Amino acid sequence: MSDSAAWSPSPRELERRLLRRRLRLRSTLIAATALVVVFVGLALLIVTSPGWDRVREAFFNGFHAKASLPDIARAFWLNVKMFMIAEPLILVLALALAIARSARSPWLLPLRVAAVAYTDVIRGIPTILLILLLGFGMPGLRLQGVPNSPFFWATTALVISYSAYVAEVFRSGIESIHPSQLASAEALGLGRGQTMRFVVVPQAVRRVVPPLLNDFVSLQKDTALASTLGVFEAVFVARDYTNYNFNYTPYVVVALFFVALTIPLARFTDWLGRRYAERERAGAR
Amino acid sequence: MSRPSEEALLEVSDLRKSYGERVVLADVDLVVNPHDVVCLIGSSGSGKSTLLRCLNLLEDIDDGVIRFDGREISDPRVDRRAVRSRMGMVFQAYNLFPHLTVLENCTLAPRRVHGLSRAEAEARARTLLEQFGLSDQATKHPDRLSGGQQQRAALVRALCTSPTLLLLDEITAALDPELVGEVLPIVRDLAEQGTTMILATHEMSFAREVATTVCFLHEGRILEQGPPDQILTDPREPRTRQFLRRVLPG
Repeated sequence: MSDSAAWSPSPRELERRLLRRRLRLRSTLIAATALVVVFVGLALLIVTSPGWDRVREAFFNGFHAKASLPDIARAFWLNVKMFMIAEPLILVLALALAIARSARSPWLLPLRVAAVAYTDVIRGIPTILLILLLGFGMPGLRLQGVPNSPFFWATTALVISYSAYVAEVFRSGIESIHPSQLASAEALGLGRGQTMRFVVVPQAVRRVVPPLLNDFVSLQKDTALASTLGVFEAVFVARDYTNYNFNYTPYVVVALFFVALTIPLARFTDWLGRRYAERERAGAR
Repeated sequence: MSRPSEEALLEVSDLRKSYGERVVLADVDLVVNPHDVVCLIGSSGSGKSTLLRCLNLLEDIDDGVIRFDGREISDPRVDRRAVRSRMGMVFQAYNLFPHLTVLENCTLAPRRVHGLSRAEAEARARTLLEQFGLSDQATKHPDRLSGGQQQRAALVRALCTSPTLLLLDEITAALDPELVGEVLPIVRDLAEQGTTMILATHEMSFAREVATTVCFLHEGRILEQGPPDQILTDPREPRTRQFLRRVLPG
């Protein structure tokens, strides 16, 4: 507009900006103080506890941390690999399951029934049991052309188990899309499958990003369950070390590895969600 | 035309609002006295809705002063909730809460913000719903209602807190003409009862009928304001005339 160059803030506005800045500063100060008080307090509580010296020796020992680090790092790569292979497979399988469940065509009823049965049964079985069943049972079948390594079956078990959970997450997203969206897609002449593909699923996926992340963090940690099959992943290696050296520091080291893996993922999903919100809602409220 | 007076309910001076580089409101001056009905007219994008949202503190303003009941509410230290609890706002898209019944929509703020008991809040809501011809709809969820019924329910929701000032943002714009007739008479009744209102509207004949002041907004400025007879029949500004030619039949 023509006056945007000519306009300069009134004294009242300048005063208000100053005030806003001061209010912001005040809340920053309060936030910082609260943060420091709470966390320093907690740290002091732990450090001054009577058993702290012994715990520090057993869990936070610099020497053992350094000694176990290379082996753990190497083994952790196996966890990462397992997770990286499993995750895309889970996404695809789960989305297929969710879509199969919401299919309405009479021909696809068997598919729907299969999808419902799959999620019901698989979600009912503890993941660790599924890993044990597949890991010890499947090689017994002596299937041709299928690897018999524990790594393979542990990963397969994770994919099967998690796709059942993630399918339900997708389904809740699909069902949360307002019927008016379906109506307007159908009114444009889109078929049921096209409606799902171009209208419903893209919106549903955006909506369920946070719970998806939740399941993936959980998946990352459950790669440790592969140790029950004797896979030499990070937790197994750490346990091995503690058994020989009677020091628990490697557990803390492994925990730090897992945390380091999940935090970037969390920040990434937050960023993704914010970007969608900015683009599609344009600050509307 | 409303003159500035000691007991003005709302006084806006030099209001400015911009989104980044885009200036959406500039140099807006407005005085609303008790029992005034101020109609904001102007084409889409002229800033009518933004002005209402600024008044309700839904948007931070970039300059100017808003005084409500003698207090400056554009001060950053002001308690926004306290200000809003005295204003009612109705949106173009109704914005009823879909997970609550009509009655629950209407009793939410009275109970949670104004501290009324459930019985008191429901009694008041039912009285108003009855008045607005919605007593049969009280226990239904908003999506079961027609557009006109939803907008009347939204009006009841705003009125249940007995607001000192009512802000109506193009409340008939999403309704078809038949349903407009369900909503406007209610607003007319409210005006006759002396409710102070600011409404953005496209209904010129309605504005002529109920307004005490009509403001014509163009590109974020109030180009002219005055009594409806003057603004709507004999406007001073060519732009106002142009706008009216487009929207008035004949």
